[in-house]
Amino acid sequence: MAKNQNQFSGGNSLNQLYVPQPTARPDGFNDFSHLHIPDVEQAACPAIDCSPHDMRDLAYGLIRVLDDDGNAKGNWNCKIEPQRLLQGLKDMLLTRMFDERMQTMHRVGKISFYMKCTGEEAISVAHAAAINFEDMVFPSYRNQGILLARGCNLVDMMCQCLSNARDNCKGRQLPIMYSWKKGNFFSISGNLATQFSQAVGWAMAEAQQGGNRLATTFVGDGSTAELDFHSALNFAATYSPPVILNITNNQWAISTNQVIAGGEKTTFAARGIGFGLPSLRVDGNDFLAVYAATKWAADRARAGLGATVIEYFTYRVAPHSTSDDPSAYRPKNEEALWPLGDPIERLKTHLINLNEWSEEQHNILIEEIKIKLKKNYKQAESYGTLKTGDRPDVTTMFEDVYEDMTLNLRRQRQEMGL
Amino acid sequence: MAQMNMLEAILSAQKTMLERDDKVIILGEDVGYFGGVFRATEGLQAEFGTNRVFDTPISENGIVAAAIGMSINGLRPIAEIQFADYIYPAFDQIASEAAKLRYRSGGEYSTNITIRTPCGGGIRGGQTHSQSPEGIFTHVTGINVIMPSNPYDAKGLLITAIESNDPVIFFEPKRLYNGPFYGEPDKPSVGWDTHKKGEVPDGHYSIPFGEAAITRAGEELTIITYGTMVHVVETAVEMTGVDAEIIDLRSLAPIDYDSIINSVNKTGRCLVAHEATKTGGFGAEILSIVQENCFWKLRAPIERVAGWDIPYPHAFEWEYFPGPKRISNAINRIMEA
Repeated sequence: MAKNQNQFSGGNSLNQLYVPQPTARPDGFNDFSHLHIPDVEQAACPAIDCSPHDMRDLAYGLIRVLDDDGNAKGNWNCKIEPQRLLQGLKDMLLTRMFDERMQTMHRVGKISFYMKCTGEEAISVAHAAAINFEDMVFPSYRNQGILLARGCNLVDMMCQCLSNARDNCKGRQLPIMYSWKKGNFFSISGNLATQFSQAVGWAMAEAQQGGNRLATTFVGDGSTAELDFHSALNFAATYSPPVILNITNNQWAISTNQVIAGGEKTTFAARGIGFGLPSLRVDGNDFLAVYAATKWAADRARAGLGATVIEYFTYRVAPHSTSDDPSAYRPKNEEALWPLGDPIERLKTHLINLNEWSEEQHNILIEEIKIKLKKNYKQAESYGTLKTGDRPDVTTMFEDVYEDMTLNLRRQRQEMGL
Repeated sequence: MAQMNMLEAILSAQKTMLERDDKVIILGEDVGYFGGVFRATEGLQAEFGTNRVFDTPISENGIVAAAIGMSINGLRPIAEIQFADYIYPAFDQIASEAAKLRYRSGGEYSTNITIRTPCGGGIRGGQTHSQSPEGIFTHVTGINVIMPSNPYDAKGLLITAIESNDPVIFFEPKRLYNGPFYGEPDKPSVGWDTHKKGEVPDGHYSIPFGEAAITRAGEELTIITYGTMVHVVETAVEMTGVDAEIIDLRSLAPIDYDSIINSVNKTGRCLVAHEATKTGGFGAEILSIVQENCFWKLRAPIERVAGWDIPYPHAFEWEYFPGPKRISNAINRIMEA
């Protein structure tokens, strides 16, 4: 019998292992013409107490507010005041330029690792704008926009990336694995999706204690395949806690396209339907749509109506990390052809249409941010880098494993001569 | 002082803490209305309400993750994993999250969860209801690993676990729930009602982690063990007539170095016994401690008696179980060396 031939096949089996492939690899071409982008005015906006059963279409469609010309339209246009939009634009721009600055610092060897969120800024920034500062964030590793929108100190963030004497994680975590308790921002793990189910527990405790805060948490399209994703939706459906379960579908998990996470035959938002959870699919590059969907879910949670699943459809313009080169697995110009555009450009156009902003003001803002980042980075580096200057005090290396240092740790610290 | 079996002591510890601290809550499979498959939470939901004691979906990963999240929001959760054999889906949440949260966040965040889980065999549970996976968890720094051997210790240690601000895995040797087990399955079972360690105070008391108990003082040989094996070892010692010192570790992480080292330095002989499989088991760590600290006082090679390196077989439960005969043989070998 030939190798690999099943003894039961008789040579005429209809079964074949199907391994989905992305639309194109580096030698191919993908202009996303296969995607159906619904019209801005198509998606209905249900009342927050709508039964999940009656709003299933929203898990398969696409909630949009900004049309191709940068005008706000449709049922999800919640008419955000221009000041708030302007702040969103500033925060998104700061996020993008912060990323670029840190990427550069990686290139010149000042930091060991970095992860940009280019093209995904609206998701974090608009989401943060639509919830309260007191609401608890259980982030993934590409939510730096939330930190920046919440006003986290730039020097503190840079010091974490530099693993220097001022790093609040005391040099224990890779760059970008931030923790900011005062900002109600949970410690980033690095183990995928673990925060998703923890956020549900946090929200259960909030409900148990009769509080009015909500939890919000993020996961990528790839890590929806993790056990924690299922546990999170299951517990969220069972106990109805105030939590928003966000899926950033940027289509790439390192080199693995979302088709390998089961994204080919249905949407990620539709995962929520089987659990009886309201599930929204949103244009992730549309600041106004992300804001509106988040606001809807937050209002619902605060009304005691439980969890919402939101998928943000976007494209990972950046490499996975500084250790990744996307040209090895996807067409080089793919991001340029992404039909939902760039979130910063889209909001900028909208604000210009509203006569609230101008190209000139935009360019001035860019210059201001450049100066601010430069100044802050200079200060951060004065506290040391991983390679030069002050590192965190090495005697702290054995601390915080337990609340009180155990005997084995004390002895090992002595053995090190500390 | 009341006479309690180990289940009643564990129930009493939880009740005591639910009464004392309104941040304490209990979650797990079947723990609510039904009171747990072993009845370790019996009556607690009726007394404290569904807000404090509630059932969960069959999702060990979800249970531990939810407990961690709840602890971040100010609660003090006790999570029951119905059998230690079922704990593996929660391993990522325990080893990557609970154990490392305080460290990775520079001390900003930490979790106080207590995970209670019945372990060990001798109840005809087959390979999925008999395992002793403590050695998998003692290798994870950042968690406390506890295994009591009697009702008094169970209550005092469980209260310490619940009050601890670090994560604790609390292994309950289920063969001991209703009475001490001396390793002789054909003999009639005995209860805790006549055992000294079945005397348990009704109220609050705690036993610190990292303190072993010397359950039998002796001069000729040190036997280091924990859980069900504490009682099995007693039988073996009686069979041989050797004047052995029996150390019940109670707390594996943190471990009581001094009790181990002082005893072996005194007796010059050492045997380690546990029910878990041998290779890579926690016994190897104890051997290392003894070897590093007592080598020049040793008069015989250290021995280990443990479960064979096989899954716990249903039909051959007592052939797997490291019973009094295997232990007494080892004692005799050590004494003759």
